[in-house]
Amino acid sequence: MTARLSALAPWLAFAAILAAAPRVFPSATALTMMSVMGVMIIFALSYNMLLGQTGLLSFGHAVYYGLGGFVAIHAMNAVIHNKLGVSIPIIPLVGGLAGLAFGVLFGLVSTRRAGIVFSMISLGIGELVSSSSFILRTFFGGEEGITTNRSKLAPFFGHKFGPQLEVYYLIAVWCFFCVLAMYALTQTPFGRMCNAVRENPERVEFVGYSPRMVRLIAFCFSAFFAGIAGGLAAISFEIMNAQQLGAQQLSLVLLMAYIGGVGSFAGPIVGAVIITLLQIMLSDVTNAWQLYFGLMFIGVVMFAPEGVVGWTMLHLRALRGGAAWRLAPAYAAVGPALAASGAGAIMIIELTNRQLAEARSEGSAMRLFGFDLDASTLPPWIVAIALFALGTALVLRLWPRVGDAWVAVNTRLNFRGEG
Amino acid sequence: MLQLIAFSTLNGVLYGMLLFMMASGLTLIFSMMGVLNFAHASFYMLGAYFGFEISRRVGFWPGLVLAPLMVGAIGALVERYGLRRLHRRGHVSELLFTFGLAFVIEELVQMVWGKLPVDYRVPPQLDFVAFRLFDTTYPAYRVFMLVIAVGMFAALLALLTRTRVGLIIQAALTHPDMVAMLGHDVPKIFMLVFGAGTALAGLAGVIAGPALVTQPDMASLLGPILFVVIVVGGLGSLTGAFVASLLIGLVQTFAVAMNFSFAEVLGPVAPPFLGDLWKVTIAELAPVVPYILLVLVLIFRPTGLMGRRES
Repeated sequence: MTARLSALAPWLAFAAILAAAPRVFPSATALTMMSVMGVMIIFALSYNMLLGQTGLLSFGHAVYYGLGGFVAIHAMNAVIHNKLGVSIPIIPLVGGLAGLAFGVLFGLVSTRRAGIVFSMISLGIGELVSSSSFILRTFFGGEEGITTNRSKLAPFFGHKFGPQLEVYYLIAVWCFFCVLAMYALTQTPFGRMCNAVRENPERVEFVGYSPRMVRLIAFCFSAFFAGIAGGLAAISFEIMNAQQLGAQQLSLVLLMAYIGGVGSFAGPIVGAVIITLLQIMLSDVTNAWQLYFGLMFIGVVMFAPEGVVGWTMLHLRALRGGAAWRLAPAYAAVGPALAASGAGAIMIIELTNRQLAEARSEGSAMRLFGFDLDASTLPPWIVAIALFALGTALVLRLWPRVGDAWVAVNTRLNFRGEG
Repeated sequence: MLQLIAFSTLNGVLYGMLLFMMASGLTLIFSMMGVLNFAHASFYMLGAYFGFEISRRVGFWPGLVLAPLMVGAIGALVERYGLRRLHRRGHVSELLFTFGLAFVIEELVQMVWGKLPVDYRVPPQLDFVAFRLFDTTYPAYRVFMLVIAVGMFAALLALLTRTRVGLIIQAALTHPDMVAMLGHDVPKIFMLVFGAGTALAGLAGVIAGPALVTQPDMASLLGPILFVVIVVGGLGSLTGAFVASLLIGLVQTFAVAMNFSFAEVLGPVAPPFLGDLWKVTIAELAPVVPYILLVLVLIFRPTGLMGRRES
């Protein structure tokens, strides 16, 4: 009984957060942002079905999101035009089925092989679809895209989904059930076979499964959920354009899944929330926010491939085992060095950005970390470069201590595990 | 018509040779390290921008030599401090790293040189008409590009098949452990090949910059086509990359020159559905052609035209 309760607890908490969020953050911008988060959670999780669970790195996943959205928006316009009695909550399903249909079609071509070849084929298909969006103008709407008006569909129990709050709740409900369904899928024998295909396709064949079939089914499921996300995006934005199925959208979802952590189910959820938040907040603070995204991504790939969630889990494990104190001295030493190096890097980027990109139109004076600076003078540059160089040198020198501390922690945890 | 065929062939071969300058490095790097370098086209873009910056300050000719060297040095550093650390974690990490790198390079270029195309001009010594054929002129700069590309191809071929260095590189492709046993520093060979491959991409950028447009999205426009080239040619096959480069160069150039649509050819038999598809001209279809080719090749000949290995 307690076991069942503890399995239920995260889901109750998730539902409670989804339900209570608009009460805590009732402003219009917060509502729009949370709607985007809901959509992105589904999208990032569907991406991780391939990347994290089946070991397929796809560069064409935005296609299913985008095509799902386009089909959903055309369906909405058709409903309005023909005055059919269909209301909004069904529309994401239309997007999902569209994603599924294209997933079956392209999946048959691309899931024959895993690894690099799969990635290349998915890239080719992604480019094929996004470059044909400029040719098939009636479907993709060319540069402007296709628009719709969600409030003109048939009302759903009196709700016309005009206000953003109603749309948020629609997205929240879909988000909850999609996350639940995707989690349930990982617990089925099929979900386990996906992991097996990722780890060792040869052995999968020996136990009588076809890795290609497993990959294809996983691919179709993930395209289906990506299509649902696209359909929800179409309802929320009331517009779809070619950018939604291109490389930009793909980089975004890859960033979300990877920064959150592809190794755990919750990783992409956390990633979607963090990246959506950062996207909106960073773009207010600096023009170079996309550069920070890129650097952050490289940093995670190189130094923390387990992602935010994986990293937290490691530390929680150490904390529970009572060995976390061994990490403290190493972290206390590296922390300030890392902060200095990071601050120096941010200063260099901001100064460069100011001096090269903005000085002509806005002048070289700027405000950084609460100080008034002039990017055309030498002192701030000297400080920035010194901070970065010293910080980085210290980090490189002190980093082995962190490694040693982890060795000590793991030895202790394993020793206790055996005892 | 004859004029169209002559010029399209010439331009197609030129475009194909340019593609091969990049695809050769990419496919060599792939067969050595198993890394598909997503940022390869970004090095091409860096070459064009470095060439522009040097030609603005010093002149075009120093840029032709210096810019590829600088790009190659950056490439070698990327291999030494980025890719080599990720090597033991598998190819997906390496692919993701180069993906992020391409993103960062594009943002940096936008920051330093702006979002608009820069004014990278053909050097005055080469700004004349080379020859006249059927009343149409052909610029000398294009002939120069062709000479450089063919010269580079010949040099690469000679280096790989006729010299000791080429012998060691070829041996390191298939038997890295044996080469290491014989006392060669294999990681260093990898670094040098990576540097040389990116330098070649940089050279392609320097000479293509003035003829095409030097702008921040030139990498993201060309990158996917490069992948098409090496997948269609067969991953890891240099001859395949050469054939596929020329094929895609010619197909795309000829497609651009054809200004009629399926509807005009089919006339009244054109099906009524998918109206757009029948109305677009072949020229408008040109950007899609490489990807259609890719999908077709992968369906009917998954190893590529000349590929031997499965994955």
